[in-house]
Amino acid sequence: MLLADYQDAFAQALLAEDPRSAPPQLARLVGQPGFAVYRNTVLKGCIDALHANFPAVARLVGDEWFRAAAAVYARRELPTTPTLLTHGQTFADFLARFEPAAELPYLAAVARVDRLWSEAHVAADDAVLDPAALASLAPADMDRVTLPPHAAARWTWCDEHPIYTLWSRNRDPAADFDGQFDWRGEGVLLTRPQGAVKHQMLSRAGSAFLSACAEGLSIERAVAAAIEIDATTDLAALVNQFLQAGAFAAVQALAFEDA
Amino acid sequence: MHAMQELTAGLGLKPQHFDDAHACRAAGLWFEVHPENYMVAGGPRLAWLDALRERHPLSLHGVAMSLAADTTPDAAHLERLAALVVRVQPALVSEHLAWSTWNGAYRPDLLPVPRTRQALHRIASNIAVVQDRLRRPIALENPSHYLTFDEHEFDELDFLVEIARRSGCTLLLDVNNVYVSANNLGYSPEAVIDAVPADLVTEVHLAGHSTDPSLGARLLIDSHDSPVAPQVWSLYERLIARIGARPTLVERDEHVPSFAELLAERTHAQAVLHGTLAEAA
Repeated sequence: MLLADYQDAFAQALLAEDPRSAPPQLARLVGQPGFAVYRNTVLKGCIDALHANFPAVARLVGDEWFRAAAAVYARRELPTTPTLLTHGQTFADFLARFEPAAELPYLAAVARVDRLWSEAHVAADDAVLDPAALASLAPADMDRVTLPPHAAARWTWCDEHPIYTLWSRNRDPAADFDGQFDWRGEGVLLTRPQGAVKHQMLSRAGSAFLSACAEGLSIERAVAAAIEIDATTDLAALVNQFLQAGAFAAVQALAFEDA
Repeated sequence: MHAMQELTAGLGLKPQHFDDAHACRAAGLWFEVHPENYMVAGGPRLAWLDALRERHPLSLHGVAMSLAADTTPDAAHLERLAALVVRVQPALVSEHLAWSTWNGAYRPDLLPVPRTRQALHRIASNIAVVQDRLRRPIALENPSHYLTFDEHEFDELDFLVEIARRSGCTLLLDVNNVYVSANNLGYSPEAVIDAVPADLVTEVHLAGHSTDPSLGARLLIDSHDSPVAPQVWSLYERLIARIGARPTLVERDEHVPSFAELLAERTHAQAVLHGTLAEAA
C-alpha cells in the first residue's frame, strides 16, 4: 500500500464510530488492541482542547455532558491547525444545531463568548489609546477621525439572553455575585490592554458604537449609530468605559472621501 | 552545537508553573515547550515565553510537523515555527518521526507509519525541507509504538539512523518510548539502548507511562502522567554510561504535580549526568 493510501485509510479508521468499518488493507492494524490507543488519544486530545477553550459552556452543562457533546463535534470537525488554543471556531454553531442542547437556548451564545475570549487571548499586541489623545480633539474633528479598536478587543450583543451574566458567572465562578438578575439582552466587551483578558458588560448602543469604529467610520457616525439604538445613551460615560477598558488602539485621521 | 553540549537536565514547561519556572535559579536549568502552543499573534503566552527566554535556555519540541505524512510539511506551519525559532533562539529544535496533519486536518497524536523505503525517502526529504527553512539541523524523536506492521522493511533503529544519515538530522532518544515500545512489541529495550549510535544523539527524553486499563502491563501507554519509572531510569543510566552526558528532558503532561516535585525528578537526571547518583543516594 502506498503511504498516502495508508494515511487516508488510517485517518478514516481513527475517527470512525466503528473502526472495523476500515478498509480491508487496514484490518491487520485495526484488529490489534494498540489501535485503540491512537483512537483514544486523538479523541481525548480534541475533547480536552474544547474543554480548555469553552470553560463557561462546560460549567453550565457539566463535564460529562460537555465531553459527550465534544466527542460528537470532534468526529465531525478536527482541528484545522495544531495550535489547539484556538480550536473550536465552529463549536458555537455546532451547539446551536445540536439537538440535545435545545433545552439550553443560550448555550451557543455562551460558547460564542468563550470563543471571543480565546481570540482576545491570542490576538496581536497593540497600542492602547491614551485618553489624553481623545481629550485634545476639537468638536470639528469628530467627523474627520476614527477610533480603530485595539487588536485584542472583542464584543458581542445578544438580544435574547443575559449573556454577560451567564458567561461571566460560569467563566469565573469564584467572583462575587449578588444572585439576582433580569432575563434580558446583554452584551460583552473583552479587552486585553496588557497581560490578561478583561471582561465587562456592554450595552447594545455600546456594541453599535464599537462596530461602527471597527468599520472605520468617524466618531460622529459611531455616535449616531449608538444614539439610533438608544437616544438616552450617556456618550461620555460610554466612551470613558471604552478608554478605561483599553478598547481603542489610536485616533486615526480619515481620508477625506471616507469621512 | 556548543550551546547544546552545555545543557544538562531540563523540564517541560507547563503554563501553571510559569512563575516558578521563571523564578527558579537551579544551575543549568532549561525548559522545553511545544511550539504549537506559542504560534499565536501576541498576548500573554508569547510574553511569558519571551520572559522565560531571558533567564533560561529554551528547546522547541514540535509535535505537529507531520514529517511522516506523504506530503510536504504545511508551509504556513513551517513559517510559524521559523518565526518562533528567530524569536526565542532555541538551544534545541526537535520533532517526531510521526504524522498528524493529513488532508488539512490535525489529529492530536503521533501516528505511526510502516517503515518502508517510500516512507524513508519522504521523511528524509521532509526533514531537509524543515532544516533548510530553519537553517539548522533538528533532532528526530522515536515515538512510542503500539502496533505491529507487516509492511516494515527496516527495524526502528536502522530506519532512524538512515534518515539521520540522509538528512543530516540528529536523534532525540526518548528512553521511555524505547521502554514502552519494546514492552508492547516484544523486544529488548536494552538492545536498542546499547545500539544507538552515540554520535547521533543530541537530546534524551524521560517521562512516565501507564498501563492500559483493560490489558494491563501487556500494553503500556506513553501517557506522561506519572514519574519516570525505575526501569526507565535504569535504561537511562545505561545509556549515559555508554554515550556520555546529553541534554535530558523530564516531561509531564497529565496529573501535573508541583514545580518542586518536577524539579526533584530533574535533579535525579542531573545526578545521573554528573555520574554522582551513588553519592546522591
